[in-house]
Amino acid sequence: MTEIPEHLLKRAQEARDRAAAKGAETAAADAPAAAAPAEDVSPEAAAAASKIPPHLLERAKAARAKSASTAVESAAPAAAVATAGGAVATATAPPPTGPGGHTQRLLTVVKSGSIQDVKAMPVDKVHVWPHLLVVEFVAALAVTAFTLIFSIFVNAPLLELADFNATPNPSKAPWYFLGLQELLTMFHPMVAGVTLPGFALILLILAPYIDKNPSNKPEKRKFAISLMTVHLMFWTVLVMIGSFFRGPGFNFVFPWEAGLFFEL
Amino acid sequence: MAPTPPSADQVKQAVSDLADRTQSSQAWSSIFRPGSIFRKGYTDSPRNRSYVIMNSVLYHLHPVKVKRHAVKVSYTLCLGGLSFFLFILLTVTGIFLMFFYRPTASAAYADMETLRSAVTFGLLVRNMHRWGAHLMVLSVFLHMARVFYHGAYKSPREFNWVIGVILLTLTLLLSFTGYLLPWDQLALWAVTVGTNMMGFTPVFGDQVRFVLLGGVEIGSDTLLRWYVLHVLMLPFVTVIMMAIHFWRVRKDGGISGPL
Repeated sequence: MTEIPEHLLKRAQEARDRAAAKGAETAAADAPAAAAPAEDVSPEAAAAASKIPPHLLERAKAARAKSASTAVESAAPAAAVATAGGAVATATAPPPTGPGGHTQRLLTVVKSGSIQDVKAMPVDKVHVWPHLLVVEFVAALAVTAFTLIFSIFVNAPLLELADFNATPNPSKAPWYFLGLQELLTMFHPMVAGVTLPGFALILLILAPYIDKNPSNKPEKRKFAISLMTVHLMFWTVLVMIGSFFRGPGFNFVFPWEAGLFFEL
Repeated sequence: MAPTPPSADQVKQAVSDLADRTQSSQAWSSIFRPGSIFRKGYTDSPRNRSYVIMNSVLYHLHPVKVKRHAVKVSYTLCLGGLSFFLFILLTVTGIFLMFFYRPTASAAYADMETLRSAVTFGLLVRNMHRWGAHLMVLSVFLHMARVFYHGAYKSPREFNWVIGVILLTLTLLLSFTGYLLPWDQLALWAVTVGTNMMGFTPVFGDQVRFVLLGGVEIGSDTLLRWYVLHVLMLPFVTVIMMAIHFWRVRKDGGISGPL
């Protein structure tokens, strides 16, 4: 069901109340007319109650009388043949008029564009099959082939059995945490290991609610893009330093001098 | 007298008859729903192109039609789809590895060596699992960067970005929990460094460390705990999050753009 707005319901109720009050008045003033069947309401009374110009009402009355007389005429031979059905045949259909002689009602006025709003712009679309599925399939094949071939030629590292008594020097976290380990050299462990990454994660989650700029055009969101780029580069540099430029004791070294202390 | 060998035409005819009979069989048409490209009489028409998606399980992932710019590789670089595909690849190779691995401190390392030397394709599958995992961390990270640079997290896609950040975290956790399982020096000490950092969580740092390690020190309990996290709990949560992620992509009006 469509929701009908509150103010329209209220307006309709008021109109109904007014009409009921008016009907009660006419009934009190002209009791016999009200008692008579609806189709026998005198034209004068109807004209008084309606706003239809009198000449139109006259014309309508003449047309009704004429059609009724022709109905009687055409029914006469039929009544001669079958007397039993005559009464039914001569009965005229009541004219389709509403209260007050109106033949039509105005329900509501609808401004254009208010409810018959058509979707603004048709979008240029393509079928998922074959256009998108083929792209996805090729991409999946390519990445499978890459992983397979890379795995044939490069073995994943497996060092000696875990030994609690032999701490390797340096000890490094997995590469994606080496940025954090790098921060450990600068800050207190609580700041580097929990506060900063936690803060970054929360900021990342809140990004769409902080960024109120509605545009997705790069030229209109220079600030957001610069900020993100600076942070991504900062992070990448930290991971790079942690991975390749940290040697024994997690001291800064150059990989081309001291060698590589990095396992994936 | 030996029977004459059938001519090429006869062979062709027999093959096409067989294909025809197979495609007309009840079993075949019960497997491939109307509109499938494997059904008899499939022709390339807009109606059939719609049915391929609508009448298959793919309809849960893709609509019948997408915006033309959405199929441009230069826009998405396929990064989201590849992350999902790598997840599937890692699930398949991971299930294979589970057949040959016991998560106890006494057996894990020996199982790794057996896997590398005695199991058919064991070395290859383990390599694929490891490199695939690193690749997935990379692709999820790049996917996030791509989405940010396209401003694709803006209304109405804010919440899907939040789900995405959760998925990134889950990916890192999946990778990190897997790191311990070989039980070699690399695994032990990388995890020691990582969990020591988490031990510095304010107020309840020791408790966090205890729950993560299943004790005060890394040991057999840690291995079992991280194994269950790695093969069961984290993938379970990830699959649910991915389902919501993909569903929201469709509900929010397909992928964003064009710029």
